[in-house]
Amino acid sequence: MSFDLSLIATSLPKILQGLGLTLNLLAVSTLFGLILAVGILLMRLSHRSWLVWPAKAYIYFFRGTPLLVQLFVIYHGLPQFGFIRQSVLWPILREPYWCSVIALSLNTAAYVSEILRGGVLGVDKGFVEAGKALGLSKFQRTTRITAPLAVRLALPAYSNEIVSMLKSTALASTVTLMEMTGVARTIVADTFAPYEIFIAATIIYLVLVWIIQTGFTLIETYANRHVRKT
Amino acid sequence: MADIIVLEKMNKFYGTYHALKDVNLTIAKGEKVVVCGPSGSGKSTMIRCINRLEEHDGGRIVVGGQELTDDEKKIDLVRREVGMVFQSFNLFPHMTVLENLTLAPRLVRKMATAEAEAIAMKYLSRVRIPDQAHKYPSQLSGGQQQRVAIARALCMNPEVMLFDEPTSALDPEMISEVLDVMTDLAREGMTMVCVTHEMGFARSVADRIVFMDQGEIVEVSTPAEFFAAPKSERARTFLGQILAH
Ligand SMILES: Nc1ncnc2c1ncn2[C@@H]1O[C@H](COP(=O)(O)OP(=O)(O)OP(=O)(O)O)[C@@H](O)[C@H]1O
Ligand SMILES: [Mg+2]
Repeated sequence: MSFDLSLIATSLPKILQGLGLTLNLLAVSTLFGLILAVGILLMRLSHRSWLVWPAKAYIYFFRGTPLLVQLFVIYHGLPQFGFIRQSVLWPILREPYWCSVIALSLNTAAYVSEILRGGVLGVDKGFVEAGKALGLSKFQRTTRITAPLAVRLALPAYSNEIVSMLKSTALASTVTLMEMTGVARTIVADTFAPYEIFIAATIIYLVLVWIIQTGFTLIETYANRHVRKT
Repeated sequence: MADIIVLEKMNKFYGTYHALKDVNLTIAKGEKVVVCGPSGSGKSTMIRCINRLEEHDGGRIVVGGQELTDDEKKIDLVRREVGMVFQSFNLFPHMTVLENLTLAPRLVRKMATAEAEAIAMKYLSRVRIPDQAHKYPSQLSGGQQQRVAIARALCMNPEVMLFDEPTSALDPEMISEVLDVMTDLAREGMTMVCVTHEMGFARSVADRIVFMDQGEIVEVSTPAEFFAAPKSERARTFLGQILAH
């Protein structure tokens, strides 16, 4: 088997043309996913079963089925229904970009809401009681005590989820999007050199993951500046 | 003198476990009451009912004229007049000492930051650690943290202070610095309810000692009576154990 280093070098800039879309999918889905996750979290933590139950079902469904299947259902499955094609949502649902964003957001929301719930459950009850004893309202206790402490506890798991999301954006190539993996696949189709091309893509993904991890390490260090170093 | 805390036939259950049985206790303004008794006797449960960290299941609790019910507004009114100090300090770890002290005055009393900080510095001086204002709780010793916790409660200018074993989590050499602050507070006329096994403190500060066992108030006496001649057998046994070491 021959191995062409220069092919790696020449394909890097081509694959990088997909970087913008990869980062776009990552950023937009992460943002929508986070907003949705907070909503699901509030439902899940409420003491009303008619809110808890749908939240649990949502989490079970989106964690229990492959993201690729969710994407295909949204992109290939929904248009089968006439009423979808007639609906006001059709201009969005026929776009592979929006289908990818929707699938990624819905999926990550399930994971992130559980990550945040872990953080909330990890907050020492004593801090909340101290807030009560001082007369802080439920809302004030939540925003000033529980949420900031829960977020700190959830950061490591959340950074994992962002890395996982970066890799998941590659699935958008299966619905024709030309993000990095999509670009890589077209180059492979032209050059018949999967080995070199995918090595080039791997390098870029690894660099991105390194940036994400380093960024989160900095954020965690800052957020935990109150913790005594031993 | 006006009664600031009234517990009338108060009962509390944890599931089927009867944690407090027909507790009656009236505390007047300015009074210092020490609560003691064996582990599991219901001391924490009783004082946590006073600011509704626990809900009572029967009888009445009236604090500063407000009866504690499900009414959230009244609960908040009572809580802002009742300061509490916990065994485990419970300082907000992500806030500096100064932020811990100013949080409730700013949010609950709607005080301007500058005013809240001035008051905070006043109380930090009173508990003798004004130089720690900008540190985080984890950077302080246990004794310092507990004094910050006392100052934090005082910043709300409460009518009553509740203490739940404030020195039990401290290394022995730090106990006296916290007890000294509490003694100062008592001298200034604060109404205090303290769960503690520090019998020296009880003897010198308490107006009355409440002895609990198995969810009941077994006896209420002055320190002189209690230490010289406890009325009940249970209190005698308890004192024997506690003074033995
Ligand atoms: N949240 C709870 N759920 C169930 N049982 C509880 C709970 N809190 C306390 N109890 C029980 O109620 C009883 C009284 O507890 P409490 O904490 O008031 O005792 P205490 O006198 O403060 O003891 P200690 O000296 O150990 O602090 C104990 O038997 C305890 O196990
Ligand atoms: Mg206790």
